Amino acid sequence: MPVPSRIFTTAIRNGEIRKLGTCIFHSHNRNLCCSLPPHSLKTLHALLKTASPMTLGSGRSIKDNPLWYIKTQSYRTTSQQYYNLTPPQVNSILKANEYRFKVPEFDGKNVSSILGFDSSQLPANAPIEDRRSVATCLQTRGMLFGVFDGHAGCACAQAVSERLFYYIAVSLLPHETLLEIENAVENGRAILPILQWHKHPNDYFSKEASKLYFNSLRTYWQELIDLNTGEHPDTQEALINAFKRLDNDISLEAQVGDPNSFLNYWVLRVAFSGATACVAHIDGADIQVANTGDGRAVLGVQEEDGSWTAVTLSNDHNAQNEDEIKRIRSQHPKNEEKTVVKQDRLLGLLMPFRAFGDVKFKWSIELQKMVLESGPDQLNENEHTKFIPPNYHTPPYLTAKPEVIHHSLRPQDKFLVLGTDGLWETMHRQEVVRVVGEYLTGVHLQQPISVGGYKVTLGQMQGLLMERRARISSVFEDQNAATHLIRHAVGNNEFGVVDHERLCKMLSLPEELARMYRDDITIIVVQFNSHVIGAQSKPGGGD
Amino acid sequence: MRGCVRNSKALAPTMFPRLLFDRWGSLLGRRGLASAGEPHPTPLPSQARVVICGGGIVGSSVAYHLAKLGWKDVVLLEQGRLGAGTTRLCAGIVSTAKHIPIESKMADYSNTLYLQLEQETGVKTGYVKTGSLCLAQNQDRFISLKRLASRLKVLGIRCDVITPKQVAELHPLVNIHDLVGAVHVPGDAVVSPPDVNHALVVAAAKNGVQIHEHTSVNHVMVQKGHVTGVETDRGTIDCDYFVNCAGQWAYELGLSTEDPVSVPVHACEHFYLLTKPLEQPLQPHTPVVMDLDGRIYVRAWQGGVLSGGFEKNPKPIFTEGRSQLEIQGMQEDWDHFEPMLSALLRRMPSLDSCEIHQLINWPESFTPDMRCIMGETQTVHGYFVLGGMNSSGLSFAGGGGRYLAEWMTYGYPSENVWPLDVKRFGTLQSSRTFLRHRVMEVMPLLYELKVPRWDFQTGRQLRTSPLYDRLDTQGARWMEKHGFERAKYFVPSGKDLLALDQSKTFYKPDWFDIVGAEVKCCKEAVCVVDMSSFTKFELSSSGDQALELLQRLCANDLDVPVGHIVHTGMLNQRGGYENDCSVVRLSKNRFFIISPSDQQVHCWSWIKQHMPSDSQLQLEDVTWKYTALNVIGPRAMDVLSELSYVPLTPDHFPSLFCKEMSVGYANGIRVMSMTHTGEPGFMLYIPIEYALHVYNEVMSVGQKYGIRNSGYYALRSLRIEKFFAFWGQDLDAFTTPLECGREFRVKFDKGTEFIGREALLQQRQVGVRRRFIMFLLEDHNTELDLWPWWGEPIYRNEEPVGVTSSSAYSYTLERHVCLGFVKPPQTDPGAPTVVTADFINRGEYEVEIGGHRYPAKAKLYPFSSLFAQQRRRKDDMELSSFQGK
Repeated sequence: MPVPSRIFTTAIRNGEIRKLGTCIFHSHNRNLCCSLPPHSLKTLHALLKTASPMTLGSGRSIKDNPLWYIKTQSYRTTSQQYYNLTPPQVNSILKANEYRFKVPEFDGKNVSSILGFDSSQLPANAPIEDRRSVATCLQTRGMLFGVFDGHAGCACAQAVSERLFYYIAVSLLPHETLLEIENAVENGRAILPILQWHKHPNDYFSKEASKLYFNSLRTYWQELIDLNTGEHPDTQEALINAFKRLDNDISLEAQVGDPNSFLNYWVLRVAFSGATACVAHIDGADIQVANTGDGRAVLGVQEEDGSWTAVTLSNDHNAQNEDEIKRIRSQHPKNEEKTVVKQDRLLGLLMPFRAFGDVKFKWSIELQKMVLESGPDQLNENEHTKFIPPNYHTPPYLTAKPEVIHHSLRPQDKFLVLGTDGLWETMHRQEVVRVVGEYLTGVHLQQPISVGGYKVTLGQMQGLLMERRARISSVFEDQNAATHLIRHAVGNNEFGVVDHERLCKMLSLPEELARMYRDDITIIVVQFNSHVIGAQSKPGGGD
Repeated sequence: MRGCVRNSKALAPTMFPRLLFDRWGSLLGRRGLASAGEPHPTPLPSQARVVICGGGIVGSSVAYHLAKLGWKDVVLLEQGRLGAGTTRLCAGIVSTAKHIPIESKMADYSNTLYLQLEQETGVKTGYVKTGSLCLAQNQDRFISLKRLASRLKVLGIRCDVITPKQVAELHPLVNIHDLVGAVHVPGDAVVSPPDVNHALVVAAAKNGVQIHEHTSVNHVMVQKGHVTGVETDRGTIDCDYFVNCAGQWAYELGLSTEDPVSVPVHACEHFYLLTKPLEQPLQPHTPVVMDLDGRIYVRAWQGGVLSGGFEKNPKPIFTEGRSQLEIQGMQEDWDHFEPMLSALLRRMPSLDSCEIHQLINWPESFTPDMRCIMGETQTVHGYFVLGGMNSSGLSFAGGGGRYLAEWMTYGYPSENVWPLDVKRFGTLQSSRTFLRHRVMEVMPLLYELKVPRWDFQTGRQLRTSPLYDRLDTQGARWMEKHGFERAKYFVPSGKDLLALDQSKTFYKPDWFDIVGAEVKCCKEAVCVVDMSSFTKFELSSSGDQALELLQRLCANDLDVPVGHIVHTGMLNQRGGYENDCSVVRLSKNRFFIISPSDQQVHCWSWIKQHMPSDSQLQLEDVTWKYTALNVIGPRAMDVLSELSYVPLTPDHFPSLFCKEMSVGYANGIRVMSMTHTGEPGFMLYIPIEYALHVYNEVMSVGQKYGIRNSGYYALRSLRIEKFFAFWGQDLDAFTTPLECGREFRVKFDKGTEFIGREALLQQRQVGVRRRFIMFLLEDHNTELDLWPWWGEPIYRNEEPVGVTSSSAYSYTLERHVCLGFVKPPQTDPGAPTVVTADFINRGEYEVEIGGHRYPAKAKLYPFSSLFAQQRRRKDDMELSSFQGK
């Protein structure tokens, strides 16, 4: 298959259509249109000259799908100008959201099994609907990493990215610490810091909602205090509880509303939009991945021969997962068996089978109507919020409950890649692990040359060295493993090598078209300290 | 003086490595040297006069020269085997093409020494007079090579500026298509360093030096600031002198003392390649090639070549300090060597088919300013250092060993070695991080093209004035002196900054107009210059001990009324300047001493050395306590009087006076009616917490007088056009006040036998043999001709009579002014040796810049017209000047 056509179909399959069902909840102020405007189709042709009309036609149902829409405001057709990106321009786009953090090997109390992490983001939606969070737990041990993929707007992903780690951290706190914190709040004293965030300057927290969020969180820990079991919280349980509790709070806040009209509208937007979450809690050699939706966590394992193997630490919650289909069908009456999962979507609409928010799939019809009626006008102006999914008989159809997988790190586990589906749709996990592994170790992996007793001329040696240099230089373009991965995800040709021209085209797509060819991509690469893990995993060395 | 062929010109500033030439053709596995066949055969002596630590070529050379000068009881200790460190693996090139004249002199002496060593000792040294070629790939490099050639010729070292074609005639392999020219030094040589080392040791042993291998120095014992002995792993040796020649371990060894000694050296890995013999073996006498723009050197080695270089991205090692053993484990790194290999194949394409023998990696030690380290340390008497050779150890070992031996014997070597003196550094250059970063800049710089007034880029912003940020935002461009940031000039807003920062030229520089405007403002209105880098001491006593001490140290009379400022030299026994300073009598028994920035360690040590141990007499370094602002120009008086409500006219505040007064809100500012350039103005010594306030006040009040910031380049132009000498540049320990027209600052009859008085009296009787002269360049086009900077040869009636020590463009005279010493040539035995006014006035002078000679007018005295107004006291005419280059 010619390369560009493959991009196209991939983009269609992976990108727009899979989220069509959820798009209906997209925030109000965007222009909707029910079919692709003809001129933009033409532009597609122009962009991908070799893509045949046949291929376009086979991109099922672009025109037929009544729910198809793209944003059309400020649309321009001067596509040539996007072609000529110079390598520095490409780099500045790719690196705009990259962030790198190095963890001190010894912080005075504990040695860290984590060397550091690289994270990066490439938007396709405007604004981007993905979010990411990384934080160190200050009152317990370990670090939290998470990627969040929003749909129908970014509100839910934003809220989850700000709040989820607090819920997890609180769930992990021992009883005494919870009491201490509650006393501090009660008496107006300074609270112990719970999390230390590692944020890129573009990662923001909303100021307006912080009080509301805090109150909900406080109610949660007060309940935890009352529930005191006397046992130290189990991490797996803590993760599940935190996920469920946060989703519950999101739902409740939307039902209760808020006197402040901005906040009132905000909590509704959060509840009516949705987000998947893939979160890893890493403490020493223990790693727990809690996943809700179709984000994924993959471990990079280096075999003894130096090659790389991918070990997946999460299950996708979508139609490709038989167990998920079974789970959903089992939760609803037999007569819904055909409608509950239709065209690989939940109720024929939603691609991920688990998510935060998305109350359209959780609340009863009565509740939805009631909330909408009492809600602000902006909400009602949007036709699609009123839309009730077809065959909606026995809600809830959707849950935020995560699946948690535990893994004990071994010295050969070198890194963990957390990514939103934008990454996994374009690259196979094996390829992802290979690219990151070679990036992280590539330079060192090149065996030093030794002449030994062989006959080598100066000219031969120079040729060899120049070749090695050329190989290294492409790796050196990126200082961030996550950015490097995005470069591959977007620019790889059929040989798994970055093709600059292709990269240029993909990055120079106008805002309006970008979403058709690629999804938002968010990646966190966590690097492990094999020495520390080796020492901890020795018999008797760990727990 | 030989070989000054008309068209013969010169070499480039560079440094060179050396080579190993082993009798058995193997680089490794060489056996230890003679004096200790078995480990530890002879017990250590319990005492000695001198203990030298380090049996490499440097330590051996020191032992050799000490023995030559008649020292008995000299012990040389080596932790491993003799010559087994850096010496064993160095490339064996003896080159005189060095950065500064004293280094070229050292290399020239080393060359002479190694030449006769085989005859003296019977040990084969592998000495071959190959000559060397420094290649230029571009015009700027060619200019720098021509300037080098001029300098070498004045030193009597033969050297020819040649064409690419002549290069091809001298060397069979060199590809000349991209060359613009070269410099040939026929006298340069190659040797086998371990064999030279061996020969030096044999000769030293013959003269009674005891040599012990496998003996490590653990600790140097000190009592009352004097070396008393060393502790080794084989016992203790009592001694009076200790010499640290430990190479890259010198830093750590320096710390193994009660009073740690700072030896700022740091090692980097250095690589060179050995090939197998060529099909047509390369002749041993083939000249050494230094392709500076390609960053490589190449010499013939056993029919093949040896080639190494100074890469852009050096690999510093042993930052944390390691053991000697680790040298064995240093790895070849071909990827790192690739740029140098490519440069080699570009220069000598026919080597393409030549086979590799080995890639050698060994450590070399480097210093913060690219010059070696020599002399007695300021903290411990009797503790001497020689090291930090910046990968020219073989070239410098002979000369360095000789100077150090002379230093230990006579109290000072026979040449001015201040540029190499360990006292130019203080503890501030001892940070390992600083050294690590700086040597990464120094190593590539060895072969880099250096244009006049280049500055180091690493290890900056270490010492700054409190006004630093303020001045920086106003466009200051900075240079560094003794770790202190000083403004060169201020770029007016709207100028193309990037272009300015990148301009590199031997011709008229881009800052010409900027500095011109600052000079104009100093002359016509008022400028502020931050001169906080000056070294400031306070000397006080309960009785008149302070005065007594200063009267003995200073040539001028310090017994002046309180509030007076005295410019004076501190002279040595020979009458030469150890320091040139301004002393303020703050009260009867309290003095404020202002010296040049780089005197911080040297001057302290000089005063301490002559200070009686009297608890009533106290010397304090107050450099860090004061910010110094120079308010300079005819309107300076108006600005200050507005701020202090005190009349500052010459009637109320005569020149060379100091008063504590208030400026703005700040009280206790030391206001001194002097500048260091001869312009009217004031120096303000401000306690640092008031600095910003006073600066702001001066600037805001000064606005109506047209005040602006000014930098050191403007000051430099001002002081040079007024014929002011500067210590460290024009003045040194071999220059007396009589030679530079400063007799009026020597008070022979002040009633105290000051140091140097005897020598000066004698010199006054006999007359001076050299004289400080000001030259005005004629027929020199400032726009189009090469500029003089320093180090240009001066010719009188076609004979070389000296070199310039500093020069600047005078915006007032609208021409270049060069300062330098003139000494009658000694070619003709009947020629006069004493310089008279007549001798000066009757000559026809020329200054040679980059091979071209420009006529110059010599002047013994400054232009009086340049001294604008208010001459209150007699010696106002000759004000001291501290500002740097």
